[in-house]
Amino acid sequence: MAGPMKMRATLSGGVTDVRVLMTHPMETGQRKDPDGKLVPLHFIQNVTLKVNGKTVVESQISQGISRNPVFTFRIKGGAKGDRIEVSWIDNHGETNQTETAVA
Amino acid sequence: MKRIFLIAMLVAPLALADPTPQDVQKLMQRDFHARGQAGMDRVVQDGLQRLCTESRDNPPAGAAKAIEADQMKTIVFPEGSLMGDWKRGESIAQNGRGLQWTDKPGDAAGGSCYNCHQISPQEASFGTLGPSLRQFGKLRGNGQEIQRYVYGKIYNAKAYNLCSQMPRLGLSGTLTEEQIRDLVALLLDAGSPVNQ
Amino acid sequence: MKKFLGFFCVVAGAAFCNSLPAQDAKKEIQRYQRMIAEGSPVELFELQGEELWKKPQGPNKVSLEKCDLGLGAGVVKGAYAGLPRYFKDADRVMDLETRLLHCMVTLQGRKREEAAARVFGSADRPSEMESLSAYIAAQSRGMKMAPGLSHPKEKEAYAMGRAVYFHRAGAWDFSCASCHGEEGKRIRMQDLPVLYKPEHARPVVSTWPAYRVSTSQLVTLQWRMNNCYQQMRMPEPDFGSDTTVALILFLTATGKGEPYRGPGTKR
Repeated sequence: MAGPMKMRATLSGGVTDVRVLMTHPMETGQRKDPDGKLVPLHFIQNVTLKVNGKTVVESQISQGISRNPVFTFRIKGGAKGDRIEVSWIDNHGETNQTETAVA
Repeated sequence: MKRIFLIAMLVAPLALADPTPQDVQKLMQRDFHARGQAGMDRVVQDGLQRLCTESRDNPPAGAAKAIEADQMKTIVFPEGSLMGDWKRGESIAQNGRGLQWTDKPGDAAGGSCYNCHQISPQEASFGTLGPSLRQFGKLRGNGQEIQRYVYGKIYNAKAYNLCSQMPRLGLSGTLTEEQIRDLVALLLDAGSPVNQ
Repeated sequence: MKKFLGFFCVVAGAAFCNSLPAQDAKKEIQRYQRMIAEGSPVELFELQGEELWKKPQGPNKVSLEKCDLGLGAGVVKGAYAGLPRYFKDADRVMDLETRLLHCMVTLQGRKREEAAARVFGSADRPSEMESLSAYIAAQSRGMKMAPGLSHPKEKEAYAMGRAVYFHRAGAWDFSCASCHGEEGKRIRMQDLPVLYKPEHARPVVSTWPAYRVSTSQLVTLQWRMNNCYQQMRMPEPDFGSDTTVALILFLTATGKGEPYRGPGTKR
């Protein structure tokens, strides 16, 4: 069960600023729990950004990214009301996504 | 005269008397609970803690001298050499564990020395609550007298400065005799990084 | 592309950014600090807290939405800025967490032991108290800190909080002032604010509770008091006890007048 995800998209000076917060443990697979056992690898692998249904960014990220990552994307142009969708899939196959309109 | 007396009576109760250390202790005895190795005996102030609290760490000279002399009597100096192994001393100085309710009783504790002091030059992460100990032995030599001073200070810092913020690491049972000797070496041994 | 790399670098960490010249690196760190303040993970805790606030729980199957945080039943906007304060129904001074626990017990019918069983959470699982604290505190963003200081019990708690601050005890003879008593000092590499001085207390009280990046946890003032006493080699204070509330009132009062910046983000 993926934790909450929150996104804000604002248009200013011809550039759309997208800021998205994700809940994810982003385990590197190198950390030991209090009992000394290795915590298994669990991290977001792909992050996809769509504008009005069209994919504009496909990124592959690694376990080097910190827990509960915050991503920003800047898109040239765009208009108020454009539909922005960000989704992710992790190495367990778990997914989450969120959608917002450009304000 | 009567009017002044009446006004004084009116003003007095409005000025809230500050809680005394006894008041605070009573509240803590009600509000705290033992956990792990941290028992409720720790909430009971000893005379030193009481005096330093009352005087906001600025005790009257006479009382300070007398209690410092008392504290000096608590120091147990080991037989033979007071200098141990500075390499072990460095680990002890780095170690911030011991006496907390999260620490396992019986596990080796550290002195948390770097929390407050600069010690070895290669350690950049040091606190400034206490003076820098760089070059300590280089500046003062490492004869019997200075060894005794360093050992005593670590065992019970209050014997030298009554309201010092430095914990009584020997008296509290935080560090063993061997550990304190290792710290003495860290500060005084000519080969220690402190004195390079 | 370079701009995207720049942002990506900042999020991903310095290891990926060795190729950036030193000037760029410094600017990126500053930009990172601004970004982390604006888009801090702390917002996620605020969202979770809002959900919990509205969730029916306990034998009475009600939410916390009728909880009176000092401004009337259910009024959350501005409530945190007025805490700690005296509450007539409990006849004592309470801080946010004490009051939340009170409402869990009185409104939701939960047993105190159950509601207080896990007040401090973990990186994987924040506690209810942590998420709720983030949500309620966020509703006072921009408002001046104004804890209660007029009721006799509030005055008493303030005086007690100040006395506790300077009270030396425990296996290491520490008081709060042992570390937080002198200007310009630090413990290891952590600067120590002198919390009985308004200019030091103001930036502190206006940024708690906070998201702690190093442990990925939302830390609250009750947690801060608890963790301090642990490191002071004292036994454990009861959650929401008069001692902790008095201390929190003393600190908040010393920082009063400062606009609340909202739940903060710390190292």
